[in-house]
Amino acid sequence: MSEKPPILIIRNVYKSYRRGSQILAVLNDISLDIEEGEFLALMGPSGSGKTTLLNLIAGIDKADSGTIRVGGIDITSLSEIELARWRATNVGFIFQFYNLIPVLTAFENVELPLLLTGLSKKERGAHVETSLQIVNLADRMGHYPGQLSGGEQQRVAIARAVVTDPTILVADEPTGDLDRVSANDVLDLMERLVHELGKTIIMVTHDPRAAKKAHIIMHLDKGVLNARFQAHL
Amino acid sequence: MHVFKLIFKNAFRHKLRISLTILGVAIAILAFGLLRTVISAWYAGVEASSASRLVARNAVSLVFPLPLSYKEKIRQVEGVKKVSYGTWFGGIYIDEKNFFANYAVEPKTYLEMYPEIIIPPDQMSAFLRDRKGAVAGRKLVERFGWKLGDIITLKGTIFPGNYDFNLRGIYKGRDETVDETAFFFQWDYLNEALKKAGRSWTDQVGWYMIEIKDPNLAADVSVRIDKLFKNSLAETLTETEKAFQLSFISMTEAIVIAIKLVSFVIIFIIMVVVANTMAMTARERIGEYAIFKTLGFGTFHISGLIFGESLFITMIGAFLGIVLTFPAAEIFGKELSQYFPIFNVERETIYMDIIAALIVACVAAVFPTWRAINIRIADGLRRIG
Repeated sequence: MSEKPPILIIRNVYKSYRRGSQILAVLNDISLDIEEGEFLALMGPSGSGKTTLLNLIAGIDKADSGTIRVGGIDITSLSEIELARWRATNVGFIFQFYNLIPVLTAFENVELPLLLTGLSKKERGAHVETSLQIVNLADRMGHYPGQLSGGEQQRVAIARAVVTDPTILVADEPTGDLDRVSANDVLDLMERLVHELGKTIIMVTHDPRAAKKAHIIMHLDKGVLNARFQAHL
Repeated sequence: MHVFKLIFKNAFRHKLRISLTILGVAIAILAFGLLRTVISAWYAGVEASSASRLVARNAVSLVFPLPLSYKEKIRQVEGVKKVSYGTWFGGIYIDEKNFFANYAVEPKTYLEMYPEIIIPPDQMSAFLRDRKGAVAGRKLVERFGWKLGDIITLKGTIFPGNYDFNLRGIYKGRDETVDETAFFFQWDYLNEALKKAGRSWTDQVGWYMIEIKDPNLAADVSVRIDKLFKNSLAETLTETEKAFQLSFISMTEAIVIAIKLVSFVIIFIIMVVVANTMAMTARERIGEYAIFKTLGFGTFHISGLIFGESLFITMIGAFLGIVLTFPAAEIFGKELSQYFPIFNVERETIYMDIIAALIVACVAAVFPTWRAINIRIADGLRRIG
């Protein structure tokens, strides 16, 4: 019986930005494998390239060179339109500032990614309710983001991230704007997503306590991936 | 959850800003609609012209008369069905500010040529029987509170003296394009008064009104009439009623062009205002557009949201503006009825209002949309927080 290939394969990725006449190398020859169901924490100082790497994995930015395969698809070869379609079904996003649409209810925010699928209104409703139940907010689905606490808003964002059952979840400082209790709730929820639903999560964080929840912690420094170790060791 | 719901909710996020923008659009569309109605009113006489009517006037100028004796000669021209005549009286009722058009006409034939002027038969008979009789349009009668049998005195300006008329008829227009502010009386009454006073212009008319058998032969008949009086003391210039009316408009063309320009300037100004609103809106929401793009929404969706919002705001304003145009035109028309006897908001004006609003909405959305769809997702997300 053959082993399942890693869900994320990154090979020799370079990324630089132009600032005036200067070219700043942000990621330098990054290679990385992530297995399905793993929870990876990316750590490192500010400006080390963590968010850039996360953006490349999520298909919202393009590498200068190298390949990134997610679920067997080489996303570096996709056009902008193909990438948008791919993101809609394969990536769930969790942001530091939740990034919910303020004029939409929790239900409508979670429903947003499903509008791009061919699901009927009834099917969409069922998916949204399931997702909100997973994050324990089924009773708040009619509330607007402004009527929810920070922790609740982040849980709505997590529901939105998982509603399409994506291949991977990317989280950029998901607890960065939360108090300790809310942060723990969110991290526990993310752990549950990995353990109970088998989700693969790549999380960028500054917070060592958040990183401890991950299976693997990797350090990025000056665009170089330095170490990989088990968080629970 | 539908895109329309999101557009609606987005539109009212800044209630004061959006209310002021909608109000601005409404006022601009109202002003645009009124100015276009003024232009329509200017051309109302041209629009009401009949293709089967010709006007023959003195070739030198309308100021100079034509002999009454031309009537029979014109009637015998091939293609002519009926001939009548009239003279601009230019009388003043009590005060100069009470201006209205008043004509001395050959009563039977003249009004027969205007089937769009409707006079009850008994009133028409009374008018024809009374040498000093007159008929006035419904709006004119309402304006001065006249009633049948009233004696109306006009002070002649071209033909000095006071002239008393018995109001024998009140006419209505067949439709709203007919001027209901004119005053007609018998040409014979004027002619006799001039003879008694020993003045010039006796047995002279201002113009001949000619009804032709076939509108397609208007040019040929005109040439035949003018040829008939070639090298006479009073040569004629015969043209269609429409061309005759247009010759008056051409004298005031500069004013019409100015009004047209102002109407377009108003639309341009409101376009800048809406564009500014949309630019502010898009700048504030650039992070949200980045989120939409992150979730997989493409150019089509983002453009739809911005164009939809711009259209929504502008069309609400346009709707209000159009609705307000009708009562405003009513008031405007009453106040200026002496200058614009026909002041109706035409269907074409409403179409122009809608087209102008659509153009404003689309142009205003172009730049914000361009910005929103071209911003890198990562840059857009950085604007949040």
